[in-house]
Amino acid sequence: MTSSAGLHFKTYALIFIMVIFGPLGDVLLSKGMKDVGAITSFRPADLAHVFSTAFTSVTIWLGVGSLLTFFVAYTLVLSWADYSYVQPASAIAYGIVALLGYFVLGEAVTPTRWIGVLIICLGVLIVGHTPPRTTEHR
Amino acid sequence: MVLEITLLLLIVILGTVGELFLARAMKTIGEVHDFRPRALLHVFWRALGVGWMWVALLMMTAAFFSLLAMLSLENVSFVVPVTALSYAAGALGGKVFLGERVAPLRWAGVLLVCIGVTLVWIGKG
Repeated sequence: MTSSAGLHFKTYALIFIMVIFGPLGDVLLSKGMKDVGAITSFRPADLAHVFSTAFTSVTIWLGVGSLLTFFVAYTLVLSWADYSYVQPASAIAYGIVALLGYFVLGEAVTPTRWIGVLIICLGVLIVGHTPPRTTEHR
Repeated sequence: MVLEITLLLLIVILGTVGELFLARAMKTIGEVHDFRPRALLHVFWRALGVGWMWVALLMMTAAFFSLLAMLSLENVSFVVPVTALSYAAGALGGKVFLGERVAPLRWAGVLLVCIGVTLVWIGKG
């Protein structure tokens, strides 16, 4: 039998892992793809060449590893928690990605973009606080 | 601009539908109680036997490559926030395809997300 406290602990622990490794993975992938160069041709042969080059990058693999860690935590938590409960936990991740982009990658983030990111976080939080079931039981 | 919008739509639609299939697949597996590596491997082995899991993985892989393509073109502080449009896709998809009654408060949240995405897009500079 799973106690309520234990269930909450493992839920929060996995959500914490999701919040850290999701944004970290995105930032590493961004760094890796900037090193590879912009994709300008979408012909299958050119795409195959670009992606095969990308997967020789250590940064890309670290990004993939971080996102896999995120994915494993996400998949596990979905085995008992509602999708509509887990999804809002990622609200904070949008802010963390913007912060990492600014501080770690040195990206120029305009005040308008910061405000936009804050509004997105707020919107995602509100979506998460609505009833998860909107259809009637039969 | 057209290329960025196309990639964003691929990320949002394939990612959202893939996640819904993933949730459906994991619910058929049941709650995970044992977190030892061997037990986790067994869970994932069982998950791979669920058809919905393969559909989810295929769609999420396509969304991942679209994300890589967009990250090669734009900053991560732009790309990831605009993918929050998946909340609008989820609400619209639920309403149109699943017949869900989306609560007014959820529409308000979705509207805020859309306003935020628009501001991030405008603030691209």
